[in-house]
Amino acid sequence: MSFYKPTFRHPESPKNKLGLTTRAYEGPISTLCAGCGHDSISAAIVQAVWDLGIAPHRVAKLSGIGCSSKSPSYFLSKASGFNSVHGRMPAVMTGANVANGELHYIGISGDGDTASIGMGQFAHVIRRNLNMMYLVENNGCYGLTKGQDSATADEGSKSKKGAINPFEAIDLVALSLDLGATFVARSFSGDKEQLIPLIKAAISHKGFALIDVISPCVTFNNHQGSTKSYDYTREHAQAASVVDFVPTMQEITLEQVKGSTREVELHNGDSVQLRKLSDDYDPTDRKVAVNAVMNQKAEGKLLTGLIYINPEADDFHQMLNVSDKPLNQHDQQTLCPGASALQEINQGFR
Amino acid sequence: MKATDISDPEYFHKVVDCQYACPAHTPVPEYIRLIGQRRYSDAYMVNWESNVFPGVLGRTCDRPCEPACRRGRIEEQPVAICRLKRVAADHKDDANVASRMPVIPTQKNGRKIALVGAGPASLTVARDLMPLGYTIDLYDENAKGGGFMRSQIPAFRLPEEILDEEVNYVTDMGVSTIYNHYVDSMNGLLAKDYDAVFVGTGAPRGRDLQIPGRDQAKANIHIGIDWLESVAFEHTDRIGKKVVIIGGGNTAMDCCRTAMRIGGEQVTVTVRSTYEAMKASPWEKEDTLGEGIPILPNHSPREFIVDDGKLVAMTFDVVESSYDEHGKRTIRETGDIITIECTDVIIAIGQDNAFPWIEKDAGIEFGEWDMPVVNKQTFQTTNEKVFIGGDAAFGPENIITAVAHGHQAAISIDLYLSGKSVSQQRPPAGINLASTKMGIHEWAYDSEVIEDERQQSTHVPVEKALQDRKIESELGFDIETAFTEAERCLNCDIQTVFIEAKCIECDGCTDICPTNCITFTANDEEASLRQKLSAPALNLTQDLYISQDLPTGRIMVKDEDLCLHCGLCAERCPTSAWDMQKYLYTVTKAGDRPAPLLVEQSGSGDKQSDKAA
Repeated sequence: MSFYKPTFRHPESPKNKLGLTTRAYEGPISTLCAGCGHDSISAAIVQAVWDLGIAPHRVAKLSGIGCSSKSPSYFLSKASGFNSVHGRMPAVMTGANVANGELHYIGISGDGDTASIGMGQFAHVIRRNLNMMYLVENNGCYGLTKGQDSATADEGSKSKKGAINPFEAIDLVALSLDLGATFVARSFSGDKEQLIPLIKAAISHKGFALIDVISPCVTFNNHQGSTKSYDYTREHAQAASVVDFVPTMQEITLEQVKGSTREVELHNGDSVQLRKLSDDYDPTDRKVAVNAVMNQKAEGKLLTGLIYINPEADDFHQMLNVSDKPLNQHDQQTLCPGASALQEINQGFR
Repeated sequence: MKATDISDPEYFHKVVDCQYACPAHTPVPEYIRLIGQRRYSDAYMVNWESNVFPGVLGRTCDRPCEPACRRGRIEEQPVAICRLKRVAADHKDDANVASRMPVIPTQKNGRKIALVGAGPASLTVARDLMPLGYTIDLYDENAKGGGFMRSQIPAFRLPEEILDEEVNYVTDMGVSTIYNHYVDSMNGLLAKDYDAVFVGTGAPRGRDLQIPGRDQAKANIHIGIDWLESVAFEHTDRIGKKVVIIGGGNTAMDCCRTAMRIGGEQVTVTVRSTYEAMKASPWEKEDTLGEGIPILPNHSPREFIVDDGKLVAMTFDVVESSYDEHGKRTIRETGDIITIECTDVIIAIGQDNAFPWIEKDAGIEFGEWDMPVVNKQTFQTTNEKVFIGGDAAFGPENIITAVAHGHQAAISIDLYLSGKSVSQQRPPAGINLASTKMGIHEWAYDSEVIEDERQQSTHVPVEKALQDRKIESELGFDIETAFTEAERCLNCDIQTVFIEAKCIECDGCTDICPTNCITFTANDEEASLRQKLSAPALNLTQDLYISQDLPTGRIMVKDEDLCLHCGLCAERCPTSAWDMQKYLYTVTKAGDRPAPLLVEQSGSGDKQSDKAA
């Protein structure tokens, strides 16, 4: 078995605006099961961050516990990282984010880490619109403990051993829309053409960006009767829109404006081009988005793509008026102004 | 694009770049792996089956395989294939090899063949036909076999005992050697009771240079190949102190280095072309410079200067080479003239074929440039009993090409004498494609790609090497260096075989591939497909491996160009849609049977490796 990936790369590998090839964004070889959807997602993140031209060390990747939460080990070796307690990634993420708002924050979680043990933290980080990408590697089962149904397993889906799941699934997309998330998307690990632009848009979005990625567990949840398998997802995915991520400086080509498109500008001047598949879909209208999710679900379809975006909302930094300058760049006097400053604050509340 | 037909033997053969480039199609990765396993005798036998002279070729081959080596495309230097071949020859167990020589039938088949010229082509024909029961007479004008391997390759590059050993493996099969006998008449030969005649007489006539002063200075002007032969057979044992060599091929390199060893003190090589455009192999040029011999490019010979009936100098026009957009060269004189003092000049500017002994009424048609008409596939002439191969067939090439000709000519002779069509009934290549899977993520080959750079073989110190023309100047690899170098081989014969029906399109292989070889995409024309892969497939000499349509309507496209054969795609594949399968391609020999497919089956094992184990 190879635990080592040769360092030779294609000599014509393209370079991004920093002059780096994707090799600078890779991680060590994955120890997840061969064929795991999570590895495809890692590769998509590598491609997206490379495409955006973000220096790898300007990214912080945080996770909880589970197969999903192992995966940050396998991309962006040069990024900062924190593997936190089960379901507690949002809390650690909030602290890191407040301390240094200049980094790009990638949170990787799974269906157990988010929809079960981490549900409380998940709900609150959405409310706070923390500036991060929250990517759920959703395989509908507990792969690390032999494939028991998770909270996102669909009602009626069959486990590998044949048991039918009697419980209603938590739909993370519908839930986040309800909780006020400002960027909500769903995708599939086996569809990088859709996933990579979504990750780029999510990283560029100011505020909380959820991507719920169906990521089949090849070992425990890729059989007949599963609703999170490669085959089932391919058959039932219904794209709300085709997303192209357009960086600030790039001219929109004819190809991209062809058809029914809508441009959504992001806070940093980048934009998202949406080629809509139906005319009545407006991804900036939350009510429309909620309806679309529900309607597709009623038809047994899985709505994918960029489902909702609100680029105007204030993020957590703005709401709390936190220092723009990272705390590690302030001098001692500013960070610890002393007893008199504390007294002054306390005085203000009297 | 249409899906690739991997059942076509040539498809995977082409992926094994080194073997494909080799005229004799020696299974290079196969023997390199055996060297890595310290099975030198086995490695030697794989070579011997294919190229007959591993020890000779391991020192002197023109190495068409090395520029083709995939390693040279992913880093700077290819695998030192030639020197590894020498390792197999240097470290083999002689008794083991001797015990594995083919059994020669005592009951002959009643057919008698004459081979003219005991060079590599004729010896290969003898090697292939003796085990089939043919009776063979081998003619040569010299006292020993070997042809130009003996007469033109200096002993400091190819020690005599190495050559003797490999010539003897063939002649000891019971070939009747008629040495010291110059065949002066084809009709005379045909009048004897031979059923077929093979001509492997090489390209024996060195070109001359007719410029002013040539005749007056003739006592000190030598033709390169004749002079080398004269030194090899010890008719010449010294040369003047100041020697000028004219020519930029490997013969010129051999001449100057020989001159340094038998009295030359100021030896200079002059070439009309640029240094880069010289015909000599890069390593021969390096060895020449390493012995302190200057190579002067852009020198076009003008005149031999004779004083008092004796050669004293040569003059040269300094020229410039320029190339047009089609790569066509124009040489222009700059007007400068340079004089180089010299006592002797050796002219090594090429050689021609010559068949003064083949009568015009021998039934052999002669074509352009007075060369016999030879069929490029069968090596048969217009006289169906006469076959010509090696340099004699199409002009000067090299040893490995002569061997390849010999194999094909032997097949033709055997078909011809069995009453079969020499063109229609040629046997196909032997192929074998077998999985190397040993377990989950376990392969029967060392799949890890190591990052060592090309190893350099050591040389005898120049001062010592120049003392005696029989001291071999290059020492080859020791066992440890050989192992390191063998591990650099990428095992390009372990093929990535894709089984569409098993693929679930999870992208695992695309994500893991270090060199972005694999893409899943919509089908298209080749030109546009090459542009839209994970990394553009710009090397048009390398094929794209195209799958059948997959369930999502896409196809799998693999650019063979930079595949490291590391097996990671197969290890990442959850359904074993990728498999690493060893492909062994063997050129069929005379007798309508492929060469042994697996060396493991043909021998009793290697005594040295037994000891090591």
